[in-house]
Amino acid sequence: MHTVEDITIETITKIEGNAKLNVKVSNGIVEDLEFIIADYRRFYTEAVRGKPYMTVPTLLSRICGTCSMAHLMASIKAIERALGIHEQLSEQTNILRKLSINGMIIRDHALHLYIFSLPDVLGIDSVLDISEDNAEQHQLLHDAFDLKAVGNKLSTVFAGAAIHSPFPTVGGFLKLPSGQDFSSLVDELEQSRVKILRGIKVFYEWNEKLVRNTDFIALINDDYNFTEGIVKVSDREESYTPDDFLTLLDEIIIPYSQSKGYKLKSKHDDFMVGSLARVNMNLNRMHPRTLESAKRFLDVFPSFNVYHNCLAQALEVLHCIDQSIDMLKGLRIEAEPIIKASPKSGVGVGVIEAPRGTLYHKVETDEKGIVIFSDVIVPTSQNQINIENDLKQMFQENLNLMSREDIKWKAEEIIRAYDPCMSCSTNFLDINWQE
Amino acid sequence: MSDKKLKVGWFSFTCCEDSTILFTELLNDHFFEWKKVVEFRHFKVLKTDNKMDDLDIAFVEGAISSESQAEELKKIRENCIKLVAIGSCAVTGRPSGNRNDFSKDVLDKYKDVFEKFKYSEKVMKLDELVHVDDKLPGCPMNGQMFITKLNEYLKEFGII
Repeated sequence: MHTVEDITIETITKIEGNAKLNVKVSNGIVEDLEFIIADYRRFYTEAVRGKPYMTVPTLLSRICGTCSMAHLMASIKAIERALGIHEQLSEQTNILRKLSINGMIIRDHALHLYIFSLPDVLGIDSVLDISEDNAEQHQLLHDAFDLKAVGNKLSTVFAGAAIHSPFPTVGGFLKLPSGQDFSSLVDELEQSRVKILRGIKVFYEWNEKLVRNTDFIALINDDYNFTEGIVKVSDREESYTPDDFLTLLDEIIIPYSQSKGYKLKSKHDDFMVGSLARVNMNLNRMHPRTLESAKRFLDVFPSFNVYHNCLAQALEVLHCIDQSIDMLKGLRIEAEPIIKASPKSGVGVGVIEAPRGTLYHKVETDEKGIVIFSDVIVPTSQNQINIENDLKQMFQENLNLMSREDIKWKAEEIIRAYDPCMSCSTNFLDINWQE
Repeated sequence: MSDKKLKVGWFSFTCCEDSTILFTELLNDHFFEWKKVVEFRHFKVLKTDNKMDDLDIAFVEGAISSESQAEELKKIRENCIKLVAIGSCAVTGRPSGNRNDFSKDVLDKYKDVFEKFKYSEKVMKLDELVHVDDKLPGCPMNGQMFITKLNEYLKEFGII
């Protein structure tokens, strides 16, 4: 008898933004699976056209609430390159940008690890269900809020706020920290180490597995920072400058999704960006203290298990804490002017590693400094096809083994492990429907 | 203090969800306090088991981009006593309503998108569609204003 079944998850929860999943099963075979990014588009890249360059980064940072700092910095970088001032930036500006971004990574990863994915590890619906009688779980909950708070504080001290930061601008910072004493911040970061080490252990011991794809893309540099470097693909030696980033990708129209998808041009196949990509390709360049303190949790890398994206995020939290402590200890803030840029026509690309992976901003200005073109490629759009193919494999393997309730839970768990952000992924520029 | 809790729903439409993120930051200091007095009945970023009915307060962020979103907003309105617009997009429609300013030529480029996903002609702020009891503006909403408003409601509904 021919049987057809539709499995639908109307709203995927504990993620950023709106997504749903439709699966069509025919005679025990997954015939079709649609991972649908459902946020409505806000057309930021179109809206910044015609605006003076100076106003553009703060507007583009509104693409995302949780990684606004990443969009802000990528947009600023793109504009600085278009105007030709990127090599004039002071060392202090580069350090303060790294500290601001480290704060974001700590806060944003902690949000995902503890508030979104920890309930999956514990087999509960929500952090709201953690009982005060369970000392171990209760400790993790306190750790979650303390880690988010210290990340928030690090960004706030240097960028003015953790969400939609007012201080970073083209050429430097509009306002510098007034004090010179960062010792209490260093103390707080030191106290956070033991907390994230508890988290690293939890995600290391999470006994879930989904292995399929082995191709990754990430920005690589010498000290595992999130703002500089060259782009690498995991299966090859050659490297690419940020300007070449687009040459790596094939743009894929996904008719049912509000976001585009991407494949590796060389293989016409999917790939993954994010913490797992970064750790797989750059683990040895993490801070020496991180590698020492977490050494018993590193044996799984390189890992092709998507659940290890959570472990990789937890390691990055520790790395950002350790790197920030070093930077803060030697930091003396000097008053300095913002580098002035003369309006000119130019094209600039800013690529940084956002919490969820490689983020690409491109801008084109005219001779008056007016933005005439802008494009943004976000990590979740790049991961979209990979997520879909992972889910196809999981559904096919478990269709006859799991109840429908359990398989839906598992699907959400996998999507959450990627830490996708739908708000980000619906702001691309042009679209041609090909059906 | 009674055992009664304030029944709260939290909803996001077209926006960057910065007020949701700000709320998750307020939880750093207030989680254990609020857990005692607030029942989070509908909160997509916190849980899977969500119920929209019988809400005292609905906090709603984001602007409205389509007829289906408008219908959902009306349904939320029917199921809550007070509806609070949070953040700039819910209160003013901007910046999510970028496309309201686009010329016809620009809009024509995206005609297929608008049709396929049934976008409404204009992006709307909440009070263009439903009665809004309170507004917490800002991009994101102001955290202290949110705390003050929540405390006012906790008193008004006889929770504290």
